[in-house]
Amino acid sequence: MLGTQLAVLCDGTPAGLTDALDVVAGFDEALTDGFARVGEPGAAALAAVAGALSATPLGDRVAEAVDKMTAGSVAREHLVTLAGARTALLGAAHDALLGRFDTAVARDRAAWASTASRPPEEHPLDGARAWLHEVAVTGWRGVDHELLATAGAQVETLLPVPALRRLAVLLDGLAAELRASVPIGTMPRVPTRRWADLWTRGTLLAHVPPADTGSAAAERVTGRLLPLGADVHEHDTAVQVQVHGILEPADGSPPRLVRTAVGAAKVDTIVGPAVWQLLQAHPVLLAALAHRRGLTVTDLPVSGGDLLWQDDLVALDEPADPFATARVLLPTAVAAATAPLDRHPVGIAEPVLLEGYAVRDDDGSLSLELDGHRIAVAVDRLPSCGPLTAELVASSSACLGLVRWDDGWLVQPLAVQATVKRRTVAAHNGDWAEGVTDPKVAKAEARSGDVVAVLRERAGRLLRK
Amino acid sequence: MADVDRAAWRRRSALRVVPPARPRKLAKVPFVELADGRLQGVVSSGSDIERVYVSSVTSGSHAYHCSTNNNRPCGGLRGAPCKHLHALADEAVLQYGIDRVARYLRVEVEAGVDTGTGLLRRLDARHEPTPAAVVFSRFLRHLAYLELPGSTAPLPELHWFPATGTAR
Repeated sequence: MLGTQLAVLCDGTPAGLTDALDVVAGFDEALTDGFARVGEPGAAALAAVAGALSATPLGDRVAEAVDKMTAGSVAREHLVTLAGARTALLGAAHDALLGRFDTAVARDRAAWASTASRPPEEHPLDGARAWLHEVAVTGWRGVDHELLATAGAQVETLLPVPALRRLAVLLDGLAAELRASVPIGTMPRVPTRRWADLWTRGTLLAHVPPADTGSAAAERVTGRLLPLGADVHEHDTAVQVQVHGILEPADGSPPRLVRTAVGAAKVDTIVGPAVWQLLQAHPVLLAALAHRRGLTVTDLPVSGGDLLWQDDLVALDEPADPFATARVLLPTAVAAATAPLDRHPVGIAEPVLLEGYAVRDDDGSLSLELDGHRIAVAVDRLPSCGPLTAELVASSSACLGLVRWDDGWLVQPLAVQATVKRRTVAAHNGDWAEGVTDPKVAKAEARSGDVVAVLRERAGRLLRK
Repeated sequence: MADVDRAAWRRRSALRVVPPARPRKLAKVPFVELADGRLQGVVSSGSDIERVYVSSVTSGSHAYHCSTNNNRPCGGLRGAPCKHLHALADEAVLQYGIDRVARYLRVEVEAGVDTGTGLLRRLDARHEPTPAAVVFSRFLRHLAYLELPGSTAPLPELHWFPATGTAR
């Protein structure tokens, strides 16, 4: 990314964004209080949602739902409609922000190819729907241990069904946060946007479960995959490593910006580098990350920009330095469109390469400055399973990262080049995919022993009695 | 707390609301949680690999109990918390930090108290049997996560849950 590109990215906010987010914020406050009794501010917030959607195909339905809810009737269908309305507002925000990014860096993006609709499948979703309804009626402030206990039962029902894994993982993460925050009425700060986001996405997933991505993928690709870096997501009971990379199709078509995600269920005591052990079903991917190698893929299914990983369709290739890949291929690679219902600013994660910047440190919050233009570093997104630290980023001269937006533009480092003791070193999030390579950290790790092995032993002994 | 901070919490999507568990050895106490109004967990028996103890301290009342998972009372409970309860409290403090455990149990601790054993000493505790089955089945459910198959389809919702560096 050049200074001039950063300037375009950060020049004010896209038209209408602030207004749209204010409408969302009003809804989020109303949800915090619950819809059991909609007071004056709540009614105004709902009316604003109806107003914002009035010119859209959802307009009439949203207006009707808002009327009914303001009058005191909170039917499930009305809540689903409002979840749809909020999703549409944030979808528009996503489009405006991603459009701004694409303009700034001149990134080509393919249009969304609609997939064939499939008949809905029967799923055990009644309990999850009822729980989300109850939460919206009560509001975050009214959530108690009893309501949270029923969430646990729902998660248990959903988790074994692959098509419902997304909803299960969302509800489990949300319920754990609520459990640790009860009583929410006395919380010094309530994450209203975040929880409303999760409630909204959960409500949509519970009423319109998406088709299994595996079976939805009609396209298959063959070619060379050059990883750029690994983005790690986790909460107490789930971990996902999403590898961004560039696919050079064997048919000579332009290089594509793609990503592939592998995930596992876990428990809260498995943290730090130990999470890699849970992903050992994917040795080829882990080896490519640990040794910075390219990959050849043969007939791998792809849905939009998401490669659906299958170890048997992939082989290790030559060494490939992600920084070199980014320098040579990133400027011309074609990005994919976001699936319609996944459009939300939180999902924006665009690979970029930044070089020749100055690092500014304002009391621990870092930013990178290029030609007088600045972007904040998401220091809180440096995962404990990899070698990147704030100190390393602060001493870096090149950064391969993801541009994100969360109430402002951020760059999340995936890898940095830094000068340490007059030697240039590179550190990547995936460096420890096959085990910790830093002796100091390995020693600290050894102190807590092999937690995964201990838990598996306990599971083996106690679960099958 | 600064107003800026509070406003940021209202308008941001990706936040770590609860700090991740701190790494600790699991061999002795494989399971600890602050749930159902109790500090509760499972302690592996030192002598019999097949046996586990279920120990708990109730928030507020500070009633404690320890028994095998088959509800046989722990022989170490003689008018005071047994070694299993001490181990449970110590590991809870490692995992969550003293402040979070003390707040959950509703006990005041002065500066300098930094272990679970120290925390137990502050309690005006008494023994009161509680059924082990609930906690033990929560432990089994906890272990069952490790038996779930992994996924290779993207989970877009996890973008709300970025991994953070605080665990190291």
